Amino acid sequence: MTTATPENGHPPAGSGAGAVAPVRIVIRPARGLGALRLGELWEYRELLGFLVWRDVLVRFKQAAFGIGWAVLQPLLLTAVLTIFLNRVAGVYSYGVPYAVFALAGIVPWMLFSRALLTSSGSLVENANLVSKVYFPRLALPIAAASSYLIDFAVSLVVLLAVMFIYGVALTWAVLLMPVFALFALLVSLSFGIWFSAVNVRYRDVSFLLPFAIQLGLLVTPIAYSSSRIPEQWQPYVGLNPMAGVVEGFRWSVTGIEPPSLHEVGLSLGVTLVVLVLGLVYFRKTERTFADVI
Amino acid sequence: MEAAISIEGLGKRYRLGQHHGEHSRITEALGSVIRAPLRAVRRRPADAASYLWALRDVEFEIQPGEVVGLVGRNGAGKSTLLKVLSRVTEPTTGQAALNGRVGSLLEVGTGFHLELTGRENVFLSGAILGMRRAEIRRRFDEIVEFAEVGEFIDTPIKRYSSGMAVRLGFAVAAYLEPEILIIDEVLAVGDAAFQRKCLGKLEDVAAEDGRTILFVSHNMPAVKAICSRAVYLESGTVKTIGDAATVVKEYLDDASTNNAEQRWEETGVRPGDDGAQLVAVRVAGADGRPATTIFSSETASVEVEIDLREVPAALSVGFDLYGDDGTLVLRSAQTDVPDRDRPVLRPGLNVIRCAIPPGLLNDGGYTISPRASIHGVRTIFHVDAAVHFEVVYDHGESEFLRAAGRPGVIAPILDWSGSIVG
Repeated sequence: MTTATPENGHPPAGSGAGAVAPVRIVIRPARGLGALRLGELWEYRELLGFLVWRDVLVRFKQAAFGIGWAVLQPLLLTAVLTIFLNRVAGVYSYGVPYAVFALAGIVPWMLFSRALLTSSGSLVENANLVSKVYFPRLALPIAAASSYLIDFAVSLVVLLAVMFIYGVALTWAVLLMPVFALFALLVSLSFGIWFSAVNVRYRDVSFLLPFAIQLGLLVTPIAYSSSRIPEQWQPYVGLNPMAGVVEGFRWSVTGIEPPSLHEVGLSLGVTLVVLVLGLVYFRKTERTFADVI
Repeated sequence: MEAAISIEGLGKRYRLGQHHGEHSRITEALGSVIRAPLRAVRRRPADAASYLWALRDVEFEIQPGEVVGLVGRNGAGKSTLLKVLSRVTEPTTGQAALNGRVGSLLEVGTGFHLELTGRENVFLSGAILGMRRAEIRRRFDEIVEFAEVGEFIDTPIKRYSSGMAVRLGFAVAAYLEPEILIIDEVLAVGDAAFQRKCLGKLEDVAAEDGRTILFVSHNMPAVKAICSRAVYLESGTVKTIGDAATVVKEYLDDASTNNAEQRWEETGVRPGDDGAQLVAVRVAGADGRPATTIFSSETASVEVEIDLREVPAALSVGFDLYGDDGTLVLRSAQTDVPDRDRPVLRPGLNVIRCAIPPGLLNDGGYTISPRASIHGVRTIFHVDAAVHFEVVYDHGESEFLRAAGRPGVIAPILDWSGSIVG
């Protein structure tokens, strides 16, 4: 939005008592795309922390069942997939019981889908803030998505418990698990940042997105592995960024069916392209958020 | 010394009509691309008539430590200006330079979430307004004390009365420590006592800490009491800038439906009878000129112009002073004063003048209804609400008499004394 040029460092307003280097802010119409100003976001990291804290607090205060939902939802989805796909439709898995296989795919998917949905709605949801106070707007989608790391941590415990019950042991690959979890978050952010800005102007996003996420659940190798996909399509599986994430995550936790480097690399590439496009769109429209929202 | 805020040629243009930008629906956007593909590509702006300049060529400077009021009618651009200066929205033209850390308060309780407790909201709102966590923690007890929420601090604010929530919201903002403070009309909320407290806090902040404050208010006594200078915005441009009292007076004179004077030029329409006719009645300020705005700390006067053919011995000329709520505040006539001090009336055109002493009237609107009678016999004329004027309460030296005024139709400062008994 505005070109703010704090000339001597740039602490946000009211950054504490005591002598601080003088700040000069120049407000003028922005031209071109402007910088990404990620440094400013870093200055506001405490606010980012508060927003995450708020989102988590509010989510669990409002729900009567509280954190239980983070346990129940992946378990229910796993049960449904196990009964209908595994038992009825005969989809099977290599090496581990199907329930572990499905749950290990559902856990990163849930992180992705819920983080995406919430971050896409974050600007509209916080319209009162956007129109009343200045802070880097990027903090809103980032905080909204990041707050689901808490839910993710809970569902991870559930996954480990289920693996223990079924007697599936961890391998050294588990060290890569956090990387794939952050990858899932990155995918949701890359789309979420973009969609949150689009949503300010076109509320259609909030209708389209839940549907798209439902489709994604089927298109992504969650209930099945990509090795089941016809051979000639396999090189393109990674175009779905969540394919690399889900298969990589599942491999890191259960040790089965490692994804090809090609697939993960492709997913990462797509994610980065979307992230850059999303950031550019966000920066470009950011300056009119308060007028339009 | 470099100006704290310096604004040059600032303008902000809004698109009229569709509030949600060009297209609020994707289908509309697609539709217009299909209907007029070239226009969508060229992005030719729509005709000028569909734009509104909420601000245009705004220029002024505020020096460090100045407290400046921003006044103007609704839609004059006050809030837009504050939004631009707070970086919430960006200007279309011009630029503004702010030297120092800026805290802005465009709303009381920015960022409050109903589900969270008072304590949680203090931290959240503080962080959103730009305070560091350590700073909020250090000020926490003061904030709670100022807000007077006491043991409710750990209750979700959805259970608060609206007054409590407002108090807490203002309290957080009151402890912001930026060098430049930008405040929208937030003092209009809360009960009178708390408003007074907030104004007091603002005065303290301005006086002791030497901070630069720019604030919007419709509370003219507050603007006059707190601000050294004021900026009067009209239709997005600066109409007047100057000494707060002068600007407030000009604004009130423009804004009200007041009339300082009423005249009856033609003999046929003048109230009265053959012997005595009312020619004019007016309210004048301290400088003796007709004024629709009177400061309560100054001597004002009511003048009655009367044309007499004869002067009966018991002729009483005066007026009734009414408050805007219809209360008869007082009645006065030239016959109230003893004979030796009474103005002499002669046949012909007479002007008699009644001084309204300083320190009598309270804030608000008043009307004058001139009247004349043969005392105890008959009324010659009585004109309802011939003039209407506004009083801005600004008298009293006590620090307890804050700008928000006090209840009551009149507000004289009475004498108090005491003695120690036992």
